[in-house]
Amino acid sequence: MRALLVPALALAVTLAACGRVWNDPYPAADRGKNILYSAFVERPKHLDPVQSYAEDESRFIQQVYEPPLQYAYLARPYRLVPLTATEVPHPQYLDRDRRPVPATSPAVAYSVYTIHIRPGILYQPHPAFARDASGALRYDHLSRERIAGLASPYALPHSGTRELVSDDYIYEIKRLAHPRLYSPIFGLMSQYIVGLSDLAARLRAVDERMKASGQGEGWIDLRKYPLAGVERVDAHTFRITLKGRYPQFVYWLAMPFFAPVPWEVDKFFQQPGMAAKNFTLDWWPVGTGPYMLTENNPNARMVLERNPNFRGEPYPSTGEPGDRREGLLADAGKTMPFIDKVIFSREKESIPYWNKFLQGYYDSSGVSSDNFDQAVRISVEGEAALTPQMRRLGIQLRTSVATSILYIGFNWLDPVVGGAMGGAAAERARKLRQAISIAVDMEEYLQIFANGRGIVAQGPIPPGIFGYRGGAAGVDPVTHVWRDGAAHRRALAEAKRLLAEAGYPDGRDARTGEPLVLYLDTVSRGPGDKARLDWWRKQFAKLSIQLEVRETDWNRFQEKIRKGSEQIFILGWDADYPDPENFLFLLDGAQSRALHNGENAANYSNPEYDALFERMRNMPDSPERQKLIDRMVDIARNDAPWIWGYFPKDYVLYHGWLSNVKPNDMARNNIKYLRVDPAQRAAYQRRWNRPMLWPLALLVALIAAAVVPAVIGYRRRERMAALPPAGK
Amino acid sequence: MSMGFLPVLLPTDVLLWLLVAALAGYFAYCRRRPHLAAPWVRVLKSRAAIVSLVLLAGYGVVGLADSLHFRRALPPAGPGDATAYSPEVLSVLDLALAHLRHSTEKTYSAPLATRLFVREEIEMPDGRVLRDYPRLRFGGAQLASEADRGADVARRTLAGLAGAALLWGLLGFALRPLRRRFPEVPWGPGYVTLGAMLALAGPAFALSLGYHVLGTDKVGQDVLYLSLKSIRTSLVIGTLTTLVMLPLGAMLGVAAGYFKGWVDDLIQYLYTTLNSIPAVLLIAAFILMMQVVIERHAEWFPTAAQRADVRLLLLCAILGVTSWTGLARLLRGEALKLGELEYVQAAHGFGVSHLRILTRHMLPNVAHIIIISLVLDFSGLVLAEAVLSYVGVGVDPATTSFGTMINAARLEMAREPIVWWSLASAFGFLLVLVLAANLFADAVRDGFDPRVRIGLAAARRAAKEAAA
Amino acid sequence: MLAYVIRRVLYAIPILIGVNLITFVLFFVVNTPDDMARMQLGAKRVTQAAIDHWKAEHGYDRPLLWNPAASGLGKATDTIFFRKSLRLFAFDFGASEDGRDIAAEIRTRMWPSLALAIPVFLVGLAVNVTFALTMAFFRATYLDFWGVVLCVTMMSISTLFYIIGGQYLVAKLWHLVPISGYEGGLDAIKFLILPVAIGVVSGIGSGSRWYRTLFLEEMGKDYVRTARAKGLSEAVVLFRHVLKNAMIPILTGVVVVIPLLFMGSLLMESFFGIPGLGSYTIDAIQAQDFAVVRAMVFIGSVLYILGLLLTDLSYTLVDPRVRLE
Repeated sequence: MRALLVPALALAVTLAACGRVWNDPYPAADRGKNILYSAFVERPKHLDPVQSYAEDESRFIQQVYEPPLQYAYLARPYRLVPLTATEVPHPQYLDRDRRPVPATSPAVAYSVYTIHIRPGILYQPHPAFARDASGALRYDHLSRERIAGLASPYALPHSGTRELVSDDYIYEIKRLAHPRLYSPIFGLMSQYIVGLSDLAARLRAVDERMKASGQGEGWIDLRKYPLAGVERVDAHTFRITLKGRYPQFVYWLAMPFFAPVPWEVDKFFQQPGMAAKNFTLDWWPVGTGPYMLTENNPNARMVLERNPNFRGEPYPSTGEPGDRREGLLADAGKTMPFIDKVIFSREKESIPYWNKFLQGYYDSSGVSSDNFDQAVRISVEGEAALTPQMRRLGIQLRTSVATSILYIGFNWLDPVVGGAMGGAAAERARKLRQAISIAVDMEEYLQIFANGRGIVAQGPIPPGIFGYRGGAAGVDPVTHVWRDGAAHRRALAEAKRLLAEAGYPDGRDARTGEPLVLYLDTVSRGPGDKARLDWWRKQFAKLSIQLEVRETDWNRFQEKIRKGSEQIFILGWDADYPDPENFLFLLDGAQSRALHNGENAANYSNPEYDALFERMRNMPDSPERQKLIDRMVDIARNDAPWIWGYFPKDYVLYHGWLSNVKPNDMARNNIKYLRVDPAQRAAYQRRWNRPMLWPLALLVALIAAAVVPAVIGYRRRERMAALPPAGK
Repeated sequence: MSMGFLPVLLPTDVLLWLLVAALAGYFAYCRRRPHLAAPWVRVLKSRAAIVSLVLLAGYGVVGLADSLHFRRALPPAGPGDATAYSPEVLSVLDLALAHLRHSTEKTYSAPLATRLFVREEIEMPDGRVLRDYPRLRFGGAQLASEADRGADVARRTLAGLAGAALLWGLLGFALRPLRRRFPEVPWGPGYVTLGAMLALAGPAFALSLGYHVLGTDKVGQDVLYLSLKSIRTSLVIGTLTTLVMLPLGAMLGVAAGYFKGWVDDLIQYLYTTLNSIPAVLLIAAFILMMQVVIERHAEWFPTAAQRADVRLLLLCAILGVTSWTGLARLLRGEALKLGELEYVQAAHGFGVSHLRILTRHMLPNVAHIIIISLVLDFSGLVLAEAVLSYVGVGVDPATTSFGTMINAARLEMAREPIVWWSLASAFGFLLVLVLAANLFADAVRDGFDPRVRIGLAAARRAAKEAAA
Repeated sequence: MLAYVIRRVLYAIPILIGVNLITFVLFFVVNTPDDMARMQLGAKRVTQAAIDHWKAEHGYDRPLLWNPAASGLGKATDTIFFRKSLRLFAFDFGASEDGRDIAAEIRTRMWPSLALAIPVFLVGLAVNVTFALTMAFFRATYLDFWGVVLCVTMMSISTLFYIIGGQYLVAKLWHLVPISGYEGGLDAIKFLILPVAIGVVSGIGSGSRWYRTLFLEEMGKDYVRTARAKGLSEAVVLFRHVLKNAMIPILTGVVVVIPLLFMGSLLMESFFGIPGLGSYTIDAIQAQDFAVVRAMVFIGSVLYILGLLLTDLSYTLVDPRVRLE
C-alpha cells in the first residue's frame, strides 16, 4: 500500500504542476477540437424512422434523416419550411370521382399532396451503396462469417453514395405497413393513406409464405408491391393521396416517419447474420442529413460525425423580433453545420449530469428528462433567472414554453367526480370538480417542484399554438380572477362554498356524515416522490377532503386508465404538431380512452363540445376557427374535467462558448444550427477544475500517523519475550 | 362525542407487539431456568451490551409509541349521526409530536432557522414586491425580533437540559432497587449513556416547540419528525423479517439435518434454488408482484396507511424468504452432528416420536445459534432497507424511512448552497441505531458461545451483497 | 473427483429449472404479455392490433405454462415458459424485447463490470487481511481496541453514504477524478479509482473484523503455542504459521463470490455511470424487459452454483483430508 502511494503521489504532483485537469472525462486527444459534448439519459430504443416516436430518440435520428419538411428554427409561432422539398405542399381536393373540387366543398373525398424533392441531394457515405466496377452492389451478399467479424458496418472497406430520389420516400411510406416493424402511426395513417391497409395485408401474406419456406429473415423488396395512395411522378416528385380531409397531415411530413430510406440500405441490413450483430436500421441510421451516426454504444456513448456529402444549408436569416439582439442572427446565411462532431455520453443519474455541466464537460444542460429538471432548477432561483454564481460562470439561460401540458384529470365515468351520470348528481360533481380546481394551488406547485419553470394553464391550449389566449381574455373564470393585470387564484372560501353546494360541507357527505375520500392515481417515480405526494394531500386537506394517493408503475397506471377505473389522475401530453386540434382532441368524446381506446384519458364527453370539435378540426386557422375554439374552451372550463395544471417551460442552460441556442419543441434537428468555441471552453475547463491536493496530502499524513505507532509497537513487541495468550 | 378514537390494528403493529410479548415471555421463562439465564447474565455483564441496550431502548420506545395507531372521531355532522372517523391514521407518537407534524413550512429551511432557505417574492404591505428570504410560519415565530434568536435558543437549551437532568435523577432513583438486586451488571456506563441521551433529547424537545431543530425538507416537513418516524420502519424491518425467517430457517434446517435422505435433498434443493437467484432481482420481482396484487384489491385496504403497512410487511416477508437460507444451512450442519450423539440415538431406541426428539432434544441445542444469528441479522437488514428503498423496491414511497430520506437528500446535495441537514439527520440516526445493534450483537455472541462459527455464513452473505 | 463434478453439474439442472420457474411466475404475475407489448410499443397511439402483432412476432401469443388446446406433450411444450426457457440451457439468450442481441450486450458489458469488481475484490482482500493482521498482532492493546471500534463504526454506515460522500468530496469539491463515466483501455483508470476506493473502504469494517476473529482463533491453537515455545519470533509465527493457516477459511469463504463478480455491482455502476452488467440488470428491471431479466437471473444462478462447486473443490485443494464423495 505504502509502496504504491509514494509514486502515485509523485505522479500526482507532477501532473498538477503541469496545470492539467485530472477530471476530464474525455480522451486527451480530443481536447480543443470542434466537438459538441452532450448527454443522454435513456437508452434509445428505436432509431428506425418508422418506429421511433420518443423525444430522446429523435435527438439522434433527426440529425441523420431528412423528411421533406422541417420547422423553422427561430420563427414563432412554429412554422413549417421545406427541408428536402422545394416548397411546403398544399393539398389538392378531389371528389369521389377524383375530380378537383374547392377545399370547402362538402364533396371532398380525397386530398392529394404533391411533393417535389430538390435534385442533387446525396446520401452519407455508406457501404450499402458501394458498387464494384461492373456496377453491382458490393455488399449485398456478405457471408455470415464476414458479418460476424465486423465491428460496425462502417468497418467494410468500400463505401458509396447516391442521389436522393422520390422512390426512397415511397419506400419508407411502404415500410409503415411492413409486417416485421411496428410503426406507432400505422393505425392512424392507414385511416388516411389510400391502400395502406391493403398493402399491409398483402405484405403479411408474403411474410407468412417466406416464414413457411424457412426464409423468415429474408429481405422483402417493397418496390415490388405497389401502394395505391403513393405514386411516383418522376425521379424527384411523388404524390400522396389521402382519404377525406386531413389538414394536419403536412405536420407529419416533418417527422422521421416520412424520411427517405433507400432500398439498398434495407437490403444490406436484411442479410442473414446482420441482426445478431445489431446491424439493423433500428441501430444504424443512414440518411442525407448533416450528421451520420458513426458510433453506437447506447450504454456509454453515441457519436455523430459530420456527413461529408452534406449539401450545406444556409443558417436562417429571419427570426423573432428579439433574436437579433440575442445574437441569434449573427450566422445568418452562413453554411451549416458548424460543428464537426457530437459526442453524447450516457448519464443516467441527474447529479453527475448537473455537476459535469458545472465543470464545463457538457456544453448545455439538456432538458429531456424529468430527473434532470430537478437538478437544474436547484441552482436557479425563481422565475427564469440565473443566480449570481451561475452568471459568474458565464452560463446562459434560454426559456420557452413547451408545446405540452401536464394536467390532473377527473375520470368522467367515476360516480363521485365524473359527469356521465347526468341529472342533479352530475351538477353536484361539477361543483366538486370546480372546488378542487380552485383549491389545488398550481402556482405553489410550480414554485416548489418546478421553481417557476412553467406557467399555470387556464385551458388546454398552450401559448404559441393557434387558439391560445393570454391576458384577461384567457383567464379561466372558474378558478381565477383577473385583477391588477394578473390572474389571481380564487379564494379558498369560494371553493368551500362550492364544496358545500356540491353536498360536502366541510368535506363530509351531508347525507351520511362520512368524510369524503378521493383517490389520486400517479405513476411511481421512485422514493423521491414522497414530497410530491405529501403536497397533493395538503391541497385536498385544505377543503378537508382526504386524498389517498395510489402510486403504481406505468403499466398498471395505463391499465387503470384504459379500464376507466381511476378517479383522479395526473398525466401529460406532448404535442405531435403545433395545431390546436392536437390538444383539443384530448377532450373529444369520440377519443375516450376507456370507451374507444383513444387519447381522451379523462373520458370527458359533452355533445356540444364534440360537435364543435368536428367542425374545428378541418378548418384552416381563421377568426372563425378562433371563435369555435373559444367556445370549446369555455365549455371545458365550466365542466372542469381537468385541473388545467401547467405548461412546462423548456429550460436550456448552456455555457458561454456555445452559441445559436434557442429551445424549439418541434425542431429536433437543431444541432446543425449550433456553434462552439473550443478554445474558450478549454480555458474555462482548466480554470474550473484545478485539482485540490491538500486532501491527498492529508490522507498520506493520516496513513503515516497510523503506521508509525504501529511500527514502533511492532519493534517493541519483537523485543518483548513473553506475550499474553491470544484472545483474552 | 361518544368515543374519541377508533383503534387501528395495522398488521405490523400486531406483530411487533406480539414480538414484545414473546420476548417478555421468553425472559420470564428463562428466569426460572438458570441454564437458560446464564448466557444472558453473561451478556448483561458486558459494558458494551448495557450501553447499546440503553440506546436500543431509546429507539424502541420511539418505535413502539409509533406502533399504537388509531383514527380520530370527527365532530358529528348533524344530530343523531353515527360517529364518523377520520381516514387519517395517527399513532401515539404523532400525538406527542403534534406540534412538529402540524408546523410545516413551505419548503426548505435550515436547522433552527427563522427564515426560508430560498428567496421568494414577498408582497409588502405597501404593495411593493421584494425578493427576500421570507420568515417561517412556525420556526421562530414566537420571536418578536430575529435578533433575539440566540438568547431564545440558549434559554430553551438550558431549560431542556434542566428538565433532562431532573428526569435523569428521577430515573436514577427509580433504578436503585434494581441496582441493588443485580450488582454484577455494570450500571454505570448505562446510566451515563442514558444521561447523554437525555441531554440530547431534552434540549431538542424544548427547541422543537419553537424551531425546526433539524430544519425542514423540500415540502417543509420537520426533519426531526421524519427521522423519528423512520425509526419504526427500521425496527419493523429488522425484527419482523427475522420473525418470518425464524420458523422457516429453524424448522427446515433442523428437519434437513435430522431426517436426512430425501427430506434433506428437498430442503437443500429449495434453499440452493432460492439462494442462487440474485437477491435484488428476487426482491424487486416480488415487490412489484405484490404491488399489483394490492392494486387489484384496493378494497382490502381502506386507508393509505394500511396499504403502506402491508407493503412494509411484505418487504419483511421477502427479505425473510431470501435470508432464511443462511440460518437453515447452519442449523442443518449442527443437526447432522447432533443426530449422531448418543442420547439422540438412545431416544430413537426408546421409540420416542420424531416430533418429541425434534422439540425436546434438537431445538434446545441449537437455540443459541438461532438467537445469535437473529441478533446479528438485525443491523444488516436495517441497512438493506436503505439500499432497497434507494433502488426503488423498498418501502412504499408514502412510508417515511431512512432509505427514502437518503434518496430525497441525494438531490439536495447538488443544490448550491447545499442542503445537508436531511442527509446528516438520516446519517446520524441510522448510524447510532446500527452501531448499537452491532455492539449488542457482539455482546450476545460472546455471551452465548464465543466459539460459534457464525461468521462464515454471515461473511459470505456480506460478500455477496457487496458484489451485488 | 471428476465423477463428483459431473454429478454436481447434473444436480444443477433441476435447480436452474426451479430458478427459471420462479422468475417466470414472479414476472408474469406482474406483467401480462400485453403489458410487455405496450411497454415496447410506447404510450402514444397504440392499437390492440399492433399489440397482438408484437406478441405473435415475439412468441408471447401462447398460454403461459399450460396449453390445454395442444395435444399430448404439446400441452406442456407449446407454452411461453417452455419455449423461452429451453434455449437458455444452451446459453442462447436470444434478443431482448426491444430487439437487441443479449449475448452481444453481455459480452461488451462484462469488461467494465469486471474492471470494477476485480480490483475491489483483490484490493479489498489485501487491505482487510493487512488490517486484520495488524489488529491481531496488537491484540488486547489500545490499537486493537480502537481498530475494532473503527471496524464496527465503519460497518454501521450504509454504503449509500460512502458513495454519496465520496463522490461529493473527491469528484465534486476536489476535482481529483471525473464524476462519472467510463472509457475502455488505460483511460478506465481515472474513472475507476474512486469507485474502487469506495468499494474497498465500505468493505473494510465487516471484512477486517471477521478476519481478525479468524486470526485470533488460529493464534489460540496448540501449534502456535508450540512454535512460540520453540522461540520463534512473533513475526515469524504470525506470518509463517498463522497467516498461512487462517488464509484457508478466508479463501474458501470468498471463493463462492468470485464467479459472481461477473454480475457487476448495481449501486456503484449506476452512481458512477459504468456501463456494466449491474446497470444492465437495473435498466432491464425498470424497462420490464423480461428477456434480459431472465437471462441475467439464469447467469447469476449458474455463477452461484459454480461458486459452490469451486468452494468444495478448494476445500480438497487446501486440505487433502477432505474427500468428495
